[in-house]
Amino acid sequence: MSTVKARLAPVTGHRLFWPLVVLVVLLAANTVYRPSFLSVELKNGQLYGSLIDIVRLSAPLILVALGMSLVIATGGIDLSVGSVAAVSGAIACLYISEQPDQNSLGAVLTALAIAFGIALLLGAWNGILVAGIGIQPIIATLILMVAGRGLAQLITSGQIITINSEPYKTIGVGHLLTLPFAIIIALAVTLLVAVLTRRTALGMIIEAVGGNAEASRLAGIRSRRITLLVYVVSAACAAIAGFMMTANVSSADGNAVGLWVELDAILAVVIGGTSLAGGRFYLSGTIVGALIIQTLTTSVYAMNIDPQTTLLFKAVVVIAVCLIQAPAFRARFRRRQAPTAPPAAPVEKQKEQVPA
Amino acid sequence: MLKTGTTITRRGLGAILAAGLLATGLAACGNSDTGSDGGDDGKIVLGFSQIGAESGWRTANTNSIKESAAAAGIELKFDDAQGKQENQIKAIRNFIQQKVDVIAFSPIKESGWDTVLKEAKDAKIPVILTDRAVDSADKSLYKSFLGSDFVKEGRLAGEWLVEQKKTATGPVNIVELQGTTGSAPAIDRKEGFATAIAANPNLKIVASQSGDFTRAGGKQVMEQFLKANPKIDVLFAHNDDMGLGALEAITAAGKVPGKDITIITIDAVKDGMQALADGKFNFIAECSPLLGDQLMDLVKKVKAGEEVPARVETQEGTFTQEQAKAALPTRKY
Repeated sequence: MSTVKARLAPVTGHRLFWPLVVLVVLLAANTVYRPSFLSVELKNGQLYGSLIDIVRLSAPLILVALGMSLVIATGGIDLSVGSVAAVSGAIACLYISEQPDQNSLGAVLTALAIAFGIALLLGAWNGILVAGIGIQPIIATLILMVAGRGLAQLITSGQIITINSEPYKTIGVGHLLTLPFAIIIALAVTLLVAVLTRRTALGMIIEAVGGNAEASRLAGIRSRRITLLVYVVSAACAAIAGFMMTANVSSADGNAVGLWVELDAILAVVIGGTSLAGGRFYLSGTIVGALIIQTLTTSVYAMNIDPQTTLLFKAVVVIAVCLIQAPAFRARFRRRQAPTAPPAAPVEKQKEQVPA
Repeated sequence: MLKTGTTITRRGLGAILAAGLLATGLAACGNSDTGSDGGDDGKIVLGFSQIGAESGWRTANTNSIKESAAAAGIELKFDDAQGKQENQIKAIRNFIQQKVDVIAFSPIKESGWDTVLKEAKDAKIPVILTDRAVDSADKSLYKSFLGSDFVKEGRLAGEWLVEQKKTATGPVNIVELQGTTGSAPAIDRKEGFATAIAANPNLKIVASQSGDFTRAGGKQVMEQFLKANPKIDVLFAHNDDMGLGALEAITAAGKVPGKDITIITIDAVKDGMQALADGKFNFIAECSPLLGDQLMDLVKKVKAGEEVPARVETQEGTFTQEQAKAALPTRKY
């Protein structure tokens, strides 16, 4: 009995174990409600099904949460991502809507370049406020969160800009090798970030800055530059997410694009096991977190849960995830069950868990 | 991690206060487009708090109010609440402090207004509600409610469907895209529609979810509706934008909107009218945002101390595909 437990410890003790369990439980609940939930069929050369919807719709959140992971790893936070997404989507759609030929690939690429460039500037603005002037990240990025939303509305003149551009639409709803294009972009960016942070020293340097910026500076790391960099990366990720969100419905709505996505992104990062205190980040956990959040939203629609109780339903699931993720809560739960086990077992188990 | 808890809290608190000040400052900057503190030159000063600019409909509504105020010689203090109730309450408090003559606003939600409306009443500033109602039990908190009858809009949409399907022998499966949960148009349109379709027991709502009045929301919900319900005959969307989002989901599912699935929406904004004229929608019940002139009339009467009716309806109609083609060229919003 105890040997089975001991053997399972590396699995159950893994950071991703509980989030993955929650994800599986959510999918299973959907399948029980409607057995065809997991079925994926080929329609017009594209994969079609609720699972595919979840993956496609979670792409923007994955991107935003990736950037957020890096920012949080430095001990910061970026509240402006939703507004940056709205601004970049609005700029891209505005530029395309003014072209004589909206389907021209050149025009779309120009639009993306302009919008992406401006997003980088917005990210640099955040970075300068935080790293250069030393404003607390939550405040520094709150400025752009409020002002950016206004900026997006200014760009769209408070209207919803509708465009009719096939190349732009591809970003949101297109397919490549039967897979949604959006998720391919998200995976590509994830891979890029993963390679840059985990195959080079960059990830460790970011974590060092988050652990103790001053100590890392004394150790020879240009910590301000690293802090500036993560905010620029976060804005870049948010911009791409903004393109996806606007391309998804071929229109830019300054008010609705990326609204509250910053909260979802922070949640995804936390569910994934990254501490808000900084100093560590887990990209794989973040992606699982983003998938859980989107699955939760899609479940509400697929299971036709009453809209009045939707928020409660989501809150209960999120609280459950956070609780079982918390080592303190799990330890307390285990201690309650301890009397049935032999007295030596808990000590032994804890020892084994340390390396895991 | 290495910082002590107390410093973080103390610093954090100051920072949050600073942010609050900053946000108010920004909001104030955005609002001051009408200039002076007014009141001295004998002009009527109207404080208006708009929900936001969440749709083309709302923008047309804003423009109508601004244009009519200018034409009527009323000084307008305009506030955009960016979709948040707390911003609206803040704006109304600001108007009370500035001692405007009349306050008008479109409440984003039905509940939670009693306190601030009481403050306005105590300051003897009359309040006019536009477009959406509040659920306050004390009707003396506001002078008049000018706006569309959402229940009627839902009912008109339902009645059209009953008429269309009166020969239907089998069950007709309807899916519904609701507006923002808890908002007056969502509650009333749902109610009106449900009342109307009760006339025919074959008409059945098989799924109903909130799409938050946005295109992205409508699309995301419709995608799941299409997968969960193999046979959907009718889509009823509480506004055009959700219907427009749903169009894409329907097309992606390999169905033809307007033919395989009958689509009924409410609002009649330009993009919606275009979809109707193109045969993708089947019917729109209008919800006219052009209430500026009626509002300014009410403001003048209220200011002059005249009695005004507690409920004033905006004038609106309905559109079929043919009517949409005719009306589209002159559509203002």
